[in-house]
Amino acid sequence: MNDTFELRGGETHIEVHKFFPGAIAGATILALTLQAALPVYVPKLDFLDLPLLITIYFGLSRRNPSTGLLLGTTIGLLQDSLSGPTVPLGLYGIAKTVVGYLASSIGARLDTEHPLARFSLTVAFFVLHQAVLVLTRRLLLAQPEPWFNMHLAMAAGMNAVLAVPLFLLLDRLRRSS
Amino acid sequence: MVAIPSRHKSVALLAGVLLVQVMMLAVQIKRDSRGRLIRVWAVTAVTPFERTGAWGFGRVRAVWHHYFALRGTARENEALRIENDSLKLAISQLQSKAAEADRLGLLLHFKAINEKTTMVGARVIGASAGTASRTIEIDRGERDGVRRNQAVITPDGAVGKVIEVYRDSAQVLLLTDKDSGVGAMLVDSRIQSPVGGTGELMLTMKYVAAEDTVNVGEKIVTSGMDKIFPRDVPVGTVAEVKQSTPFKQVRVAPAAKLDRLEEVFVLLTQEPLEFQKEGEAASSAPAAPAGDSATAPQASPAAVKP
Repeated sequence: MNDTFELRGGETHIEVHKFFPGAIAGATILALTLQAALPVYVPKLDFLDLPLLITIYFGLSRRNPSTGLLLGTTIGLLQDSLSGPTVPLGLYGIAKTVVGYLASSIGARLDTEHPLARFSLTVAFFVLHQAVLVLTRRLLLAQPEPWFNMHLAMAAGMNAVLAVPLFLLLDRLRRSS
Repeated sequence: MVAIPSRHKSVALLAGVLLVQVMMLAVQIKRDSRGRLIRVWAVTAVTPFERTGAWGFGRVRAVWHHYFALRGTARENEALRIENDSLKLAISQLQSKAAEADRLGLLLHFKAINEKTTMVGARVIGASAGTASRTIEIDRGERDGVRRNQAVITPDGAVGKVIEVYRDSAQVLLLTDKDSGVGAMLVDSRIQSPVGGTGELMLTMKYVAAEDTVNVGEKIVTSGMDKIFPRDVPVGTVAEVKQSTPFKQVRVAPAAKLDRLEEVFVLLTQEPLEFQKEGEAASSAPAAPAGDSATAPQASPAAVKP
Protein backbone atom coordinates (compact mmCIF):
# COMPACT_ATOMS: atom_id res chain seq x y z
CA MET A 1 0.00 0.00 0.00
CA ASN A 2 1.27 3.42 -0.82
CA ASP A 3 1.71 5.76 2.07
CA THR A 4 0.81 8.72 -0.07
CA PHE A 5 -1.04 8.95 -3.31
CA GLU A 6 -2.32 11.78 -5.44
CA LEU A 7 -5.72 13.03 -6.47
CA ARG A 8 -5.55 14.41 -10.01
CA GLY A 9 -8.08 17.08 -10.82
CA GLY A 10 -7.04 18.91 -13.96
CA GLU A 11 -3.60 20.23 -13.24
CA THR A 12 -4.02 20.15 -9.46
CA HIS A 13 -2.19 17.42 -7.54
CA ILE A 14 -3.31 16.89 -3.94
CA GLU A 15 -1.81 14.24 -1.72
CA VAL A 16 -3.97 11.91 0.41
CA HIS A 17 -1.99 10.95 3.49
CA LYS A 18 -2.00 7.68 5.36
CA PHE A 19 -1.16 7.38 9.02
CA PHE A 20 0.43 4.77 11.21
CA PRO A 21 -2.00 2.16 12.52
CA GLY A 22 -3.68 3.41 15.67
CA ALA A 23 -2.50 6.95 15.07
CA ILE A 24 -5.96 8.37 14.56
CA ALA A 25 -7.43 6.39 17.46
CA GLY A 26 -4.56 7.29 19.75
CA ALA A 27 -4.65 10.96 18.87
CA THR A 28 -8.41 11.04 19.38
CA ILE A 29 -8.27 9.36 22.79
CA LEU A 30 -5.42 11.61 23.87
CA ALA A 31 -7.28 14.72 22.74
CA LEU A 32 -10.45 13.67 24.54
CA THR A 33 -8.50 12.83 27.68
CA LEU A 34 -6.70 16.14 27.68
CA GLN A 35 -9.95 17.95 26.89
CA ALA A 36 -11.52 16.39 29.95
CA ALA A 37 -8.50 16.82 32.22
CA LEU A 38 -6.96 20.15 31.28
CA PRO A 39 -9.77 22.43 32.46
CA VAL A 40 -9.56 20.72 35.85
CA TYR A 41 -5.92 21.55 36.35
CA VAL A 42 -5.64 24.66 34.18
CA PRO A 43 -9.04 26.36 34.14
CA LYS A 44 -7.79 29.11 31.83
CA LEU A 45 -7.45 26.55 29.05
CA ASP A 46 -11.19 25.86 28.91
CA PHE A 47 -11.36 27.64 25.54
CA LEU A 48 -9.43 24.80 23.91
CA ASP A 49 -11.32 22.33 21.80
CA LEU A 50 -8.78 19.62 21.10
CA PRO A 51 -11.33 17.13 19.69
CA LEU A 52 -12.32 19.78 17.16
CA LEU A 53 -8.70 20.32 16.16
CA ILE A 54 -8.23 16.55 15.73
CA THR A 55 -11.36 16.40 13.60
CA ILE A 56 -10.17 19.27 11.43
CA TYR A 57 -6.67 17.88 11.03
CA PHE A 58 -7.62 14.35 10.05
CA GLY A 59 -10.42 15.65 7.86
CA LEU A 60 -8.06 17.90 5.97
CA SER A 61 -5.44 15.14 5.73
CA ARG A 62 -7.57 12.12 4.87
CA ARG A 63 -9.56 14.10 2.28
CA ASN A 64 -12.35 11.58 2.17
CA PRO A 65 -15.70 13.11 3.11
CA SER A 66 -17.18 9.79 4.25
CA THR A 67 -14.38 8.91 6.63
CA GLY A 68 -14.10 12.56 7.68
CA LEU A 69 -17.73 12.82 8.73
CA LEU A 70 -17.65 9.42 10.44
CA LEU A 71 -14.56 10.44 12.37
CA GLY A 72 -16.26 13.72 13.31
CA THR A 73 -19.33 11.81 14.42
CA THR A 74 -17.30 9.43 16.55
CA ILE A 75 -15.25 12.16 18.19
CA GLY A 76 -18.34 14.32 18.75
CA LEU A 77 -20.33 11.50 20.34
CA LEU A 78 -17.42 10.59 22.58
CA GLN A 79 -17.14 14.22 23.62
CA ASP A 80 -20.87 14.25 24.34
CA SER A 81 -20.47 11.14 26.45
CA LEU A 82 -17.68 12.73 28.46
CA SER A 83 -19.50 16.00 28.94
CA GLY A 84 -21.87 14.80 31.60
CA PRO A 85 -25.63 14.27 31.77
CA THR A 86 -26.46 17.89 30.93
CA VAL A 87 -25.19 17.48 27.38
CA PRO A 88 -27.40 15.20 25.28
CA LEU A 89 -25.73 12.70 22.98
CA GLY A 90 -25.53 14.22 19.53
CA LEU A 91 -24.94 17.87 20.40
CA TYR A 92 -21.20 17.87 19.62
CA GLY A 93 -21.74 14.86 17.37
CA ILE A 94 -23.77 16.86 14.86
CA ALA A 95 -21.39 19.82 14.90
CA LYS A 96 -18.27 17.71 14.44
CA THR A 97 -19.94 15.60 11.76
CA VAL A 98 -20.51 18.75 9.73
CA VAL A 99 -16.96 19.97 10.40
CA GLY A 100 -15.45 16.57 9.53
CA TYR A 101 -17.39 16.41 6.28
CA LEU A 102 -16.52 19.94 5.19
CA ALA A 103 -12.88 19.63 6.22
CA SER A 104 -12.53 16.47 4.15
CA SER A 105 -14.31 18.06 1.22
CA ILE A 106 -12.14 21.18 1.34
CA GLY A 107 -9.00 19.12 1.90
CA ALA A 108 -9.75 17.21 -1.28
CA ARG A 109 -9.83 20.44 -3.31
CA LEU A 110 -7.24 22.72 -1.68
CA ASP A 111 -3.70 22.39 -0.48
CA THR A 112 -4.04 22.72 3.26
CA GLU A 113 -0.47 22.06 4.23
CA HIS A 114 0.56 25.67 4.55
CA PRO A 115 0.46 26.99 8.15
CA LEU A 116 -1.46 30.10 7.12
CA ALA A 117 -4.09 27.96 5.41
CA ARG A 118 -4.34 25.76 8.46
CA PHE A 119 -4.73 28.81 10.72
CA SER A 120 -7.46 30.31 8.55
CA LEU A 121 -9.32 27.04 8.13
CA THR A 122 -9.20 26.37 11.86
CA VAL A 123 -10.73 29.76 12.60
CA ALA A 124 -13.43 29.15 9.99
CA PHE A 125 -14.23 25.66 11.24
CA PHE A 126 -14.30 26.84 14.85
CA VAL A 127 -16.88 29.47 13.92
CA LEU A 128 -18.86 26.93 11.92
CA HIS A 129 -18.69 24.44 14.79
CA GLN A 130 -19.94 27.11 17.17
CA ALA A 131 -22.74 28.08 14.77
CA VAL A 132 -23.96 24.50 14.46
CA LEU A 133 -23.83 24.11 18.24
CA VAL A 134 -25.88 27.27 18.82
CA LEU A 135 -28.35 26.30 16.11
CA THR A 136 -28.83 22.88 17.65
CA ARG A 137 -29.23 24.32 21.13
CA ARG A 138 -31.76 26.90 19.97
CA LEU A 139 -33.82 24.65 17.73
CA LEU A 140 -33.81 21.37 19.60
CA LEU A 141 -32.98 22.20 23.20
CA ALA A 142 -34.76 25.55 23.27
CA GLN A 143 -31.74 27.01 25.04
CA PRO A 144 -30.91 30.65 24.26
CA GLU A 145 -27.23 30.80 23.33
CA PRO A 146 -25.26 33.75 21.91
CA TRP A 147 -24.23 33.26 18.32
CA PHE A 148 -20.82 34.82 18.83
CA ASN A 149 -19.04 37.15 21.22
CA MET A 150 -15.55 38.38 21.99
CA HIS A 151 -14.73 35.39 24.16
CA LEU A 152 -15.56 33.05 21.30
CA ALA A 153 -13.60 35.15 18.85
CA MET A 154 -10.58 34.93 21.07
CA ALA A 155 -11.14 31.20 21.53
CA ALA A 156 -11.23 30.80 17.75
CA GLY A 157 -7.97 32.67 17.42
CA MET A 158 -6.28 30.79 20.26
CA ASN A 159 -7.38 27.40 18.91
CA ALA A 160 -6.09 28.38 15.47
CA VAL A 161 -2.78 29.49 16.97
CA LEU A 162 -2.48 26.18 18.77
CA ALA A 163 -3.58 24.29 15.66
CA VAL A 164 -0.52 25.33 13.63
CA PRO A 165 2.12 23.60 15.83
CA LEU A 166 -0.28 20.81 16.75
CA PHE A 167 -0.89 19.95 13.11
CA LEU A 168 2.89 19.97 12.51
CA LEU A 169 3.25 17.54 15.38
CA LEU A 170 0.50 15.34 13.98
CA ASP A 171 2.18 15.40 10.59
CA ARG A 172 4.82 13.17 12.18
CA LEU A 173 2.22 10.44 12.50
CA ARG A 174 2.00 10.22 8.73
CA ARG A 175 3.69 7.37 7.00
CA SER A 176 6.57 8.71 5.10
CA SER A 177 6.38 8.38 1.31
CA MET B 1 -31.66 -1.13 -8.30
CA VAL B 2 -30.53 2.44 -8.91
CA ALA B 3 -26.95 3.00 -7.83
CA ILE B 4 -26.07 6.21 -6.03
CA PRO B 5 -23.25 8.08 -7.79
CA SER B 6 -20.08 7.97 -5.75
CA ARG B 7 -19.89 11.75 -5.43
CA HIS B 8 -23.32 11.74 -3.77
CA LYS B 9 -22.57 8.88 -1.43
CA SER B 10 -20.78 11.04 1.07
CA VAL B 11 -23.65 13.58 1.01
CA ALA B 12 -26.16 10.79 1.62
CA LEU B 13 -24.00 9.44 4.42
CA LEU B 14 -23.76 12.92 5.93
CA ALA B 15 -27.52 13.34 5.81
CA GLY B 16 -28.05 9.90 7.33
CA VAL B 17 -25.59 10.43 10.15
CA LEU B 18 -27.00 13.86 10.94
CA LEU B 19 -30.56 12.51 10.89
CA VAL B 20 -29.64 9.70 13.26
CA GLN B 21 -28.05 12.13 15.67
CA VAL B 22 -30.96 14.55 15.49
CA MET B 23 -33.33 11.70 16.26
CA MET B 24 -31.07 10.65 19.08
CA LEU B 25 -31.23 14.16 20.48
CA ALA B 26 -34.99 14.21 20.13
CA VAL B 27 -35.27 11.01 22.11
CA GLN B 28 -33.20 12.46 24.93
CA ILE B 29 -34.55 15.99 25.10
CA LYS B 30 -37.55 16.39 27.36
CA ARG B 31 -39.58 19.55 27.14
CA ASP B 32 -41.13 20.53 30.46
CA SER B 33 -44.76 20.51 29.49
CA ARG B 34 -44.90 18.40 26.36
CA GLY B 35 -42.71 15.40 27.12
CA ARG B 36 -39.86 14.15 25.00
CA LEU B 37 -39.11 16.02 21.79
CA ILE B 38 -39.42 12.87 19.70
CA ARG B 39 -42.93 12.47 21.01
CA VAL B 40 -43.72 16.11 20.19
CA TRP B 41 -42.40 15.62 16.67
CA ALA B 42 -44.24 12.37 16.21
CA VAL B 43 -47.52 13.87 17.38
CA THR B 44 -46.95 16.98 15.25
CA ALA B 45 -46.24 14.85 12.21
CA VAL B 46 -49.17 12.51 12.69
CA THR B 47 -51.81 14.99 13.83
CA PRO B 48 -52.56 16.50 10.37
CA PHE B 49 -53.13 13.03 8.95
CA GLU B 50 -55.30 12.06 11.90
CA ARG B 51 -57.26 15.25 11.53
CA THR B 52 -57.67 14.72 7.80
CA GLY B 53 -58.70 11.14 8.40
CA ALA B 54 -61.20 12.10 11.05
CA TRP B 55 -62.63 14.79 8.80
CA GLY B 56 -62.93 12.36 5.89
CA PHE B 57 -64.44 9.68 8.06
CA GLY B 58 -66.90 12.19 9.48
CA ARG B 59 -67.91 13.29 6.00
CA VAL B 60 -68.42 9.71 4.85
CA ARG B 61 -70.40 8.90 7.95
CA ALA B 62 -72.51 12.05 7.53
CA VAL B 63 -73.24 11.19 3.90
CA TRP B 64 -74.15 7.67 4.92
CA HIS B 65 -76.43 8.78 7.73
CA HIS B 66 -78.06 11.60 5.78
CA TYR B 67 -78.56 9.92 2.45
CA PHE B 68 -78.26 6.16 2.63
CA ALA B 69 -79.38 5.24 6.12
CA LEU B 70 -82.77 6.95 6.00
CA ARG B 71 -84.75 3.71 6.03
CA GLY B 72 -84.84 3.68 9.81
CA THR B 73 -85.45 7.39 9.90
CA ALA B 74 -88.88 7.05 8.31
CA ARG B 75 -89.91 4.57 10.98
CA GLU B 76 -88.42 6.75 13.65
CA ASN B 77 -90.21 9.76 12.21
CA GLU B 78 -93.53 7.95 12.31
CA ALA B 79 -92.92 6.87 15.92
CA LEU B 80 -91.98 10.42 16.87
CA ARG B 81 -95.08 11.77 15.18
CA ILE B 82 -97.27 9.38 17.17
CA GLU B 83 -95.43 10.25 20.35
CA ASN B 84 -95.82 13.94 19.54
CA ASP B 85 -99.58 13.55 19.12
CA SER B 86 -99.74 11.66 22.38
CA LEU B 87 -97.75 14.35 24.16
CA LYS B 88 -99.95 17.09 22.70
CA LEU B 89 -102.99 15.30 24.07
CA ALA B 90 -101.33 14.90 27.45
CA ILE B 91 -100.41 18.58 27.53
CA SER B 92 -103.96 19.53 26.64
CA GLN B 93 -105.28 17.35 29.45
CA LEU B 94 -102.81 18.80 31.89
CA GLN B 95 -103.71 22.35 30.87
CA SER B 96 -107.36 21.51 31.36
CA LYS B 97 -106.64 20.11 34.80
CA ALA B 98 -104.58 23.16 35.65
CA ALA B 99 -107.45 25.43 34.65
CA GLU B 100 -109.82 23.29 36.68
CA ALA B 101 -107.53 23.53 39.68
CA ASP B 102 -107.53 27.32 39.31
CA ARG B 103 -111.28 27.41 39.22
CA LEU B 104 -111.61 25.10 42.19
CA GLY B 105 -109.14 27.23 44.05
CA LEU B 106 -111.32 30.26 43.49
CA LEU B 107 -114.38 28.34 44.62
CA LEU B 108 -112.64 27.23 47.78
CA HIS B 109 -111.54 30.75 48.46
CA PHE B 110 -115.04 32.04 47.89
CA LYS B 111 -116.36 29.36 50.20
CA ALA B 112 -113.78 30.23 52.81
CA ILE B 113 -114.69 33.91 52.97
CA ASN B 114 -118.39 32.99 53.14
CA GLU B 115 -118.18 30.15 55.58
CA LYS B 116 -121.30 31.25 57.47
CA THR B 117 -123.42 31.00 54.37
CA THR B 118 -124.95 27.64 53.64
CA MET B 119 -124.21 26.73 50.07
CA VAL B 120 -123.54 23.65 48.05
CA GLY B 121 -121.06 23.35 45.23
CA ALA B 122 -122.22 21.75 42.03
CA ARG B 123 -120.72 20.77 38.74
CA VAL B 124 -122.43 21.71 35.52
CA ILE B 125 -123.26 18.45 33.77
CA GLY B 126 -125.52 19.64 30.97
CA ALA B 127 -127.10 22.56 29.15
CA SER B 128 -130.38 23.28 27.45
CA ALA B 129 -131.01 21.18 24.40
CA GLY B 130 -132.27 24.05 22.26
CA THR B 131 -131.81 27.76 21.78
CA ALA B 132 -135.27 28.60 23.01
CA SER B 133 -134.15 28.56 26.62
CA ARG B 134 -130.98 29.23 28.57
CA THR B 135 -130.65 26.57 31.22
CA ILE B 136 -128.00 24.33 32.68
CA GLU B 137 -128.14 21.06 34.57
CA ILE B 138 -126.13 20.54 37.76
CA ASP B 139 -125.14 17.38 39.60
CA ARG B 140 -126.79 18.35 42.88
CA GLY B 141 -130.41 17.64 43.66
CA GLU B 142 -132.95 17.02 46.34
CA ARG B 143 -130.66 14.75 48.33
CA ASP B 144 -128.18 17.58 48.62
CA GLY B 145 -130.75 20.04 49.90
CA VAL B 146 -131.34 21.80 46.62
CA ARG B 147 -134.83 23.24 46.20
CA ARG B 148 -136.65 25.25 43.58
CA ASN B 149 -136.10 29.00 43.45
CA GLN B 150 -132.75 28.83 45.16
CA ALA B 151 -130.12 31.21 43.86
CA VAL B 152 -127.18 29.90 41.84
CA ILE B 153 -123.98 31.90 41.78
CA THR B 154 -120.28 31.75 41.06
CA PRO B 155 -117.54 33.72 42.80
CA ASP B 156 -117.94 36.23 39.93
CA GLY B 157 -121.64 36.88 40.46
CA ALA B 158 -125.23 35.75 39.92
CA VAL B 159 -125.91 32.88 37.55
CA GLY B 160 -129.63 32.13 37.80
CA LYS B 161 -132.13 30.21 39.88
CA VAL B 162 -133.11 26.59 40.33
CA ILE B 163 -136.26 25.84 38.40
CA GLU B 164 -136.47 22.05 38.60
CA VAL B 165 -135.10 19.69 41.22
CA TYR B 166 -134.58 15.97 40.81
CA ARG B 167 -133.15 13.40 43.19
CA ASP B 168 -129.53 13.88 42.20
CA SER B 169 -129.65 16.79 39.81
CA ALA B 170 -131.32 20.09 39.19
CA GLN B 171 -132.07 22.49 36.36
CA VAL B 172 -131.00 26.11 36.58
CA LEU B 173 -132.54 28.96 34.60
CA LEU B 174 -129.76 31.32 33.62
CA LEU B 175 -130.07 35.09 33.83
CA THR B 176 -129.70 35.23 30.07
CA ASP B 177 -132.97 33.37 29.49
CA LYS B 178 -135.81 35.54 28.19
CA ASP B 179 -138.01 34.51 31.08
CA SER B 180 -135.39 35.08 33.70
CA GLY B 181 -135.22 38.00 36.06
CA VAL B 182 -133.46 39.11 39.20
CA GLY B 183 -134.11 42.04 41.51
CA ALA B 184 -131.15 44.40 41.00
CA MET B 185 -129.92 47.91 41.61
CA LEU B 186 -127.26 50.23 40.33
CA VAL B 187 -124.42 50.48 42.84
CA ASP B 188 -123.80 54.21 42.53
CA SER B 189 -127.26 55.65 41.95
CA ARG B 190 -129.06 52.94 44.00
CA ILE B 191 -131.76 52.82 41.31
CA GLN B 192 -133.61 49.53 41.61
CA SER B 193 -134.90 47.64 38.64
CA PRO B 194 -135.13 44.01 37.62
CA VAL B 195 -132.48 42.62 35.28
CA GLY B 196 -133.52 39.93 32.84
CA GLY B 197 -132.30 37.98 29.92
CA THR B 198 -132.76 38.57 26.23
CA GLY B 199 -131.86 35.12 24.96
CA GLU B 200 -128.42 36.36 24.16
CA LEU B 201 -125.31 36.81 26.24
CA MET B 202 -126.16 40.34 27.26
CA LEU B 203 -128.75 41.15 29.95
CA THR B 204 -131.06 44.11 30.08
CA MET B 205 -132.18 46.35 32.92
CA LYS B 206 -135.83 46.71 32.20
CA TYR B 207 -137.45 49.60 33.92
CA VAL B 208 -135.07 52.50 34.33
CA ALA B 209 -136.89 55.76 33.93
CA ALA B 210 -135.81 57.98 31.08
CA GLU B 211 -134.93 60.82 33.44
CA ASP B 212 -132.67 58.68 35.63
CA THR B 213 -128.95 58.95 35.13
CA VAL B 214 -127.16 55.71 34.26
CA ASN B 215 -123.50 55.63 33.36
CA VAL B 216 -121.76 53.06 31.23
CA GLY B 217 -119.48 50.94 33.38
CA GLU B 218 -121.61 51.27 36.49
CA LYS B 219 -121.90 48.12 38.56
CA ILE B 220 -125.18 46.35 39.16
CA VAL B 221 -125.81 44.09 42.14
CA THR B 222 -128.79 42.15 43.42
CA SER B 223 -131.23 44.08 45.56
CA GLY B 224 -132.58 41.10 47.51
CA MET B 225 -136.11 42.17 46.71
CA ASP B 226 -136.87 39.00 44.73
CA LYS B 227 -136.47 36.81 47.83
CA ILE B 228 -134.20 34.51 45.82
CA PHE B 229 -130.80 36.22 45.76
CA PRO B 230 -129.32 37.84 48.83
CA ARG B 231 -128.33 41.51 48.55
CA ASP B 232 -125.19 42.73 46.86
CA VAL B 233 -124.44 39.74 44.65
CA PRO B 234 -122.78 41.12 41.49
CA VAL B 235 -125.08 40.92 38.49
CA GLY B 236 -123.13 42.79 35.86
CA THR B 237 -121.86 46.04 34.46
CA VAL B 238 -123.70 48.61 32.37
CA ALA B 239 -122.38 48.17 28.85
CA GLU B 240 -124.68 50.42 26.84
CA VAL B 241 -127.37 52.98 27.59
CA LYS B 242 -129.89 54.13 24.99
CA GLN B 243 -132.33 56.91 25.61
CA SER B 244 -135.93 55.79 25.09
CA THR B 245 -139.37 56.55 26.32
CA PRO B 246 -140.69 55.82 28.85
CA PHE B 247 -137.69 53.69 29.92
CA LYS B 248 -134.05 53.70 29.02
CA GLN B 249 -132.66 50.72 27.20
CA VAL B 250 -129.80 49.55 29.45
CA ARG B 251 -127.72 46.62 28.25
CA VAL B 252 -125.77 44.82 30.93
CA ALA B 253 -122.70 42.56 30.61
CA PRO B 254 -123.15 39.73 33.12
CA ALA B 255 -120.62 39.48 35.94
CA ALA B 256 -120.51 35.70 35.84
CA LYS B 257 -119.22 33.92 32.75
CA LEU B 258 -122.59 32.51 31.82
CA ASP B 259 -121.41 30.97 28.58
CA ARG B 260 -118.57 29.08 30.25
CA LEU B 261 -119.99 27.69 33.46
CA GLU B 262 -118.43 24.56 34.90
CA GLU B 263 -118.79 24.83 38.66
CA VAL B 264 -121.41 26.82 40.57
CA PHE B 265 -122.76 27.31 44.06
CA VAL B 266 -126.40 26.80 45.05
CA LEU B 267 -127.30 29.08 47.95
CA LEU B 268 -129.45 27.17 50.41
CA THR B 269 -130.24 30.33 52.39
CA GLN B 270 -130.46 34.01 51.67
CA GLU B 271 -127.79 35.16 54.05
CA PRO B 272 -125.67 38.01 52.68
CA LEU B 273 -122.50 37.10 50.83
CA GLU B 274 -119.14 38.73 50.57
CA PHE B 275 -117.68 39.14 47.09
CA GLN B 276 -114.25 40.23 46.25
CA LYS B 277 -113.62 43.49 44.50
CA GLU B 278 -112.21 43.09 40.99
CA GLY B 279 -108.76 44.34 42.02
CA GLU B 280 -108.54 41.90 44.91
CA ALA B 281 -109.50 38.84 42.93
CA ALA B 282 -106.16 38.32 41.29
CA SER B 283 -104.07 38.93 44.39
CA SER B 284 -106.03 37.09 47.05
CA ALA B 285 -107.19 34.11 45.05
CA PRO B 286 -105.16 31.03 45.83
CA ALA B 287 -102.52 30.58 43.22
CA ALA B 288 -102.46 27.30 41.40
CA PRO B 289 -99.11 27.01 39.66
CA ALA B 290 -99.13 25.09 36.42
CA GLY B 291 -96.63 22.60 37.71
CA ASP B 292 -98.62 21.91 40.81
CA SER B 293 -101.91 21.80 39.05
CA ALA B 294 -100.73 18.96 36.93
CA THR B 295 -100.25 16.82 39.99
CA ALA B 296 -103.02 18.22 42.15
CA PRO B 297 -105.76 15.79 43.14
CA GLN B 298 -108.97 16.22 41.22
CA ALA B 299 -110.95 18.33 43.58
CA SER B 300 -114.64 18.11 43.21
CA PRO B 301 -117.10 20.88 43.94
CA ALA B 302 -118.46 18.45 46.49
CA ALA B 303 -115.45 19.29 48.55
CA VAL B 304 -116.94 22.68 49.34
CA LYS B 305 -120.23 21.26 50.32
CA PRO B 306 -120.92 22.31 53.91
